[in-house]
Amino acid sequence: MIEIVMWICGIMLGLASIACVIRVAKGPSILDRVLALDVMLLIISVALCLEMIYNKHTDFLLFVVAACTLGFIGSVTVSRYVSDQRNA
Amino acid sequence: MPTKNMQPRDQRIDDALDTSGVRHRATLKQEWPLLALLIFVWCALWQDFSPANLIFGVIVSLVIVTLFPLPPVVLSGRINIWYCVQIFIWFIGQVFVASYQVARLAIFRGKKTRSGVIAVPLRTDSDLIVTTVGHVLTLIPGSFVIDVDRSSSTLYLHYINIESKQDMERAREAVRDIERRMIMAIGSHGEFDAIKHECGPNLMRMKGKK
Amino acid sequence: MEVFLDILVAVLLILGCLMSLIAGIGLLTFPDMLTRMHAATKPQVLGFLLIFIGLAIHLRSWAVIPVLALAWGMQLLTAPVSAHMIGRSGYRTKHAAKDSLYADELKLVVDKVSSMPATGVIEVPEEEKK
Repeated sequence: MIEIVMWICGIMLGLASIACVIRVAKGPSILDRVLALDVMLLIISVALCLEMIYNKHTDFLLFVVAACTLGFIGSVTVSRYVSDQRNA
Repeated sequence: MPTKNMQPRDQRIDDALDTSGVRHRATLKQEWPLLALLIFVWCALWQDFSPANLIFGVIVSLVIVTLFPLPPVVLSGRINIWYCVQIFIWFIGQVFVASYQVARLAIFRGKKTRSGVIAVPLRTDSDLIVTTVGHVLTLIPGSFVIDVDRSSSTLYLHYINIESKQDMERAREAVRDIERRMIMAIGSHGEFDAIKHECGPNLMRMKGKK
Repeated sequence: MEVFLDILVAVLLILGCLMSLIAGIGLLTFPDMLTRMHAATKPQVLGFLLIFIGLAIHLRSWAVIPVLALAWGMQLLTAPVSAHMIGRSGYRTKHAAKDSLYADELKLVVDKVSSMPATGVIEVPEEEKK
């Protein structure tokens, strides 16, 4: 059964990341792109969780914690620079 | 900065504009929640809660707190665990509702989604409550914080699915309600009394409704 | 019991991945940046909650629960921060298309502030809005 579940989840995550890539390519502003990349990082974390479930190990647990903890720094940095451009 | 009569709000503006570079160090008594959090992080990452690891965690977090000081977070000194549990359970429920709402809007409304930016003045003076209300608002259905005016405790929210004046008023009411819950959970005695006074006998009814 | 837990894990995983898919769809279909922020923050938090519960149940281990709670708590703390920063700078730099806004109560304040010199105490909202 776990095989089928993995296929369904994998297809959904694939579609989600395709949507993110389209948004990165199309996004009218840099902030849209950062946002989409943020979501992409979280999708990768979810995929790692799925891998851990499939192979029954916990090797990537710390990566997932780090992604959840530090993932926001990228978008904060970019938005900081974007708003400085005008106010400087 | 020249200072005139210092109300709490003026004090906060003064803090924000203080450029003298002198940091107020937090005392150990003010910092224990941060220390407890750091020790928890340390032990959780090692996946080991044995006494030896706990002691090492205490040492590491003391070193961190000394090397990288943060301005103190002012706690109100009052906490009601029962309301905290209540608000947490309510919050988890709202997270589910939020995802459902986003899904519905994304799939069925798409490009036609309308939204609005509204200003909500809060009753509280406490930075901590403004921050928690902002965090909760960002994760529950419909809203996220665009801007904060610290001197008047006003939150500027982006609200999704706003199409009429009634929607705006309803959104404002919802935000005030969340603030009421927060004050009931962690607000200071003065604010709690003000809330009780404002809601009067209704407080009991609202509690029953939750 | 084992079968029941397996089915529970399967449901949790599928729902969790569905949340990621919703985030993706939201990113594509919503009209402007500020609306897309909603799609990027909210479903992910729920998705991680479901996936983490599924992971803990599937591994049948209590030892991972503190780590997962830590990861989820950190997500709760950091997702609003990044949303706020992106939303704020998007709003201020006019990156966000404002055509789809029904009402805008921040515009007045921002215009007023940006026309002022960069220093000094700013006391706008109270008097200005009335």
